[in-house]
Formats: sequence, structure tokens, C-alpha cells
Amino acid sequence: MVRTVSGAETAPSTYAWAVQADGLRVRVGRHLAVDGLNLALDSGVHGLLGPNGAGKTTLVRALATVLRPAAGTLTLLGQTIHGRLDLRAVRRQIGYLPQEFGFYRRFTVREFVEYLAWLKEVPARDVPGAVQRAIERVGLTDRADHRMRTLSGGMLRRVGIAQALVNDPRILLLDEPTAGLDPDQRLQFRALLRELARDTCVLVSTHLVEDVVAACTDVMLIDAGRLVFSGVPADLAAAGDAAGERVGAGGAGDSAAERGYTAILRAHREQQGGAR
Amino acid sequence: MSRAPSRHVAATWLRRYAGGGPGLPPDVAWAIEVHLEVCARCRARLADAAGRDPAINALLGRVHAHLQAEIPHSPRMPATTRRRATVASWIAPALLPRLIVTALVVLTAVGLDLVSAEAGHRLPSLVLLLAPVAPLVGVAVAWSSGQDPAHELVVASPRAGLNLVLRRTVAVLIVVIPGLTLAGLAVGTSPARWLVPCLAFTTGALALGEVVGLHRAATGLALAWAVIVVAPSLITARPSLLLDSGTSPVWVAVTVGVAVVLVARRSAYASLPSGR
Repeated sequence: MVRTVSGAETAPSTYAWAVQADGLRVRVGRHLAVDGLNLALDSGVHGLLGPNGAGKTTLVRALATVLRPAAGTLTLLGQTIHGRLDLRAVRRQIGYLPQEFGFYRRFTVREFVEYLAWLKEVPARDVPGAVQRAIERVGLTDRADHRMRTLSGGMLRRVGIAQALVNDPRILLLDEPTAGLDPDQRLQFRALLRELARDTCVLVSTHLVEDVVAACTDVMLIDAGRLVFSGVPADLAAAGDAAGERVGAGGAGDSAAERGYTAILRAHREQQGGAR
Repeated sequence: MSRAPSRHVAATWLRRYAGGGPGLPPDVAWAIEVHLEVCARCRARLADAAGRDPAINALLGRVHAHLQAEIPHSPRMPATTRRRATVASWIAPALLPRLIVTALVVLTAVGLDLVSAEAGHRLPSLVLLLAPVAPLVGVAVAWSSGQDPAHELVVASPRAGLNLVLRRTVAVLIVVIPGLTLAGLAVGTSPARWLVPCLAFTTGALALGEVVGLHRAATGLALAWAVIVVAPSLITARPSLLLDSGTSPVWVAVTVGVAVVLVARRSAYASLPSGR
């Protein structure tokens, strides 16, 4: 009747940061899309902001271990990623939603998430429960047995989030997860993020400043593959207010955070231009 | 970390700890907790002690009775629909149309062979000429971002890699090779002449695919074979020396050599090409 607690359940983690990058460089073709980035992330929701082409997707892909870094070190869950490493153990603990989330039109939601659970090596006896839990978490229970071609864009996005959650990841990488969600679904999604943040390192790449301000514990702003700003969302708003007081230097935007975003970006680019 | 403890928790302490710790000084409780984290034997003894405590048993009994009453009325876990997920674990998406194309091509070759034999021409057998590259049509889609909408999810999963590619390749061969054997029997060609070249081309496509992408590699090899061997044989009306049964050792050597390269560079199948 009474269960013996296993050693693995009480084992402390042996690493300081879930994600740690030092001087990370990632090449896409000949272009250095991530250029010397330093990161140290642990549990919490980390927002990754930046203009289009700043290297957000490349960075997320490198963290998902699908792109090999060209230089620098990347350490995930205490394991340094290098060419010879068997990535399976690390990947079992990663959930990843790519920017272009492709799916199989004939599959039902449940079949698709089950297939992903198989790909993620979830033990066969845990699969039905894990799949049901993931589908419930994104609020698609009533659609679980519908074919994916019948779902709307927002629902597909939520299936994407469900497949990322199905293996109970320690690191969750979401690339543009709120694209196509309506305001109500975005609120639910933020609540889900806050719940996950207690024991998961969540990295959300987005270009919506308001998402970051509402749901993230901290913000990173990158431009041209480099880290431009890192702080809590309030810092971003403070930068916006400060910039607004200086005539001419203020960023454009409707909220303080948006003004902060554009002001920081503009200041960084001017500095870069001056250095050249 | 897991140093072997020299002493174990006394049975009396363990009993009190199991009973929720009345009369257990906090420092002792902490010490017991620390010890339990590293000692599987004492965890088992704790489970045993808890099982003998009447208060705990009464509590568990109440929970049990309550659950027994609740379970029949609670929502059922939906029955698992593993069938499609199991099929998907072997068969690459978009494979079926490819297999149909392969079947049509082979049937056409059989038809042309029979017609030319009827007419008394002494053209080399088309089935024999096409057999070595016939599986490539299906193998090409085993690992392809263009043909698999969820390719990025598959590549990022723990199962990604040569094993999964081989699994999907085997699924193709299981269908194509018996089909080719039947076609060969119909026109009087023995599998001994094309089977090893067939395996050599499949392995070759997989190995070359590690460098240029599987779809491109398979297409390139099939085209090369058509230009270098099929066309000259048809023009000169003489069967190619490459498909003589005497060349088998050469094909075996090629297959083995290519397989070594395939395994050595297998990590290419666990990441996206960095050229994108």
C-alpha cells in the first residue's frame, strides 16, 4: 500500500542555471545570427524581445539543440552541449514550439500529441495521462478528438503549446506562442505561463511588448544577435518614461514599455553607428 | 553526493517520524530527512513503519473507501488511440503517394519489358535497370523539411537521429523490395542481380543526405543513375556491366564503405542544416 519514495524524487539539482550561454555564436548560412550572447536563466518566464531578424528564432533553435553553436559554450541543465554529445537525455527535458508550427492535417489533436509524446520518449504507460493533461492545460479538452484540419489558427497554436508541455519539460522554449490567439486566450495563456514558471525555465520569444510586461519575470532585448538590455519589465517601462522626458530622444509607442523598447533599441543603434 | 551513511535511523525515531512527528525535536526531524534523501534502505523502512501505524492506515483506509465510491462517477480517461501514432512511428508523412508512384513506375517497366519480349526485341530489362534506384522515391521523404510539415518538431525530439531515419527507411524497403521481387519474377530477372545495388543506393542516399539533405541526395543519385547507366543501356541495347551478377562483391564493398560514413556522421540527422 505505502509507496517508497525514490531517490530521484528527492535529488537536488546539481546545476546553478537551467540555461547558461557564454559568448554564444550561431551561424545561419554565412551570417552570424547570434553574435556573442551571454545568458543565465533559471525557473521563471523570460521574455525575449527584438525586432524581426534580430536572431530570436536562431537563438531559440540553438537552445532547442537543433542548431549547433559556431562558438561559445551552451550549458543546458548542467550538461554542456557539444558535437559528440548524445542529446537524448537533455532533449527529453525540453519542450519546444517552433515559430512555424507544422502539423498533420488528418491527425486528431490527441493523436498528434501522442505522436509527439512518442518522439519525446515519454514511457508508454504514461502517454495517455500525459497527453490528456497537456490537452487540458491548454483548454482543448472538448476538441481533443477533432481532426486538426478543422481547428482555427488559435486552437492550432494551443495544440503547439500542448505538444511542448507533454513531456513535463524543465526548459520550455516558445517561439511566438501568442500569434493568432484572441485576447481572452492570451489571458489564459499568461496564467498558464505563471503556473509553469514555478518550476520550469520558460523562454518566450515574442514581438508583442505587452505580452512580456504582463507575464514575464524578466525581459531580454536583443538586436543583431547581441543582448541590448536585460532586466525586469518595470525597467523597460522606466526606460520609456526616462526617454519620454528628454525631448527628441523619446521612443514611439503607446505604453511606457513600448516607448522603453524603442528608446533602448534606438540608443543602442546610435551607439553602434557612432562606434563604426 | 550520495555518500554511504555510516549509521541508520533508529526504529523508534522512524516510527515517530512516520506518525507525523509528535515529540520529535525539529533538529532530529531534519537529520532524519537528510538521511532519508540519501538512504534507500531507510526509505523502505519508513514505508514499512508507516504501513504499521494504525492512524496512517485508518487515514489511507478512509481515502481508499472514498475513492472507491468516487471512481465510478468520475470522468473516464479517454481510451488511447495509439494506432495512428504507432503507424506514424514507422512511416514518414507523405510516404503513401510516393509508394503509389513507385508502384506505377515498376508496373509500367514490367509492361514495357513484357511487350518488348513479345515483339522479340533484345532490349535490357527495364525492371532490372530501375530496381536499384526504385526505393529512393520513398526514402527521399524519410527526412525532409519540405515533405514533413512537423519536421522541426521531429528534429528537436530526443528520438531524432539516424535510428529514426533507418526505421522509416526500413518501412520503405519492406514494401518496395517484395514488390520488386514479384516484378522481377514476372519478367525473369533474379533479385541476386539488383538487391545489393539497391541496398548500396539506399545507404548511399542516406549518407549523402547527411551532407546535402536526404531529398536532394536521393534525387541526385537517381538522376545520376538514369543518365550514366539507364540511358546508355537502352541506347546501346546492352545490359550494363554494373548489374552483372559478377559485380556483387564491388557493390557489397561500396555498401559497407558508405555505411561506415553514414554512421560516422550520424549527428547530422539530429539537427537542422545551418544553411537555412
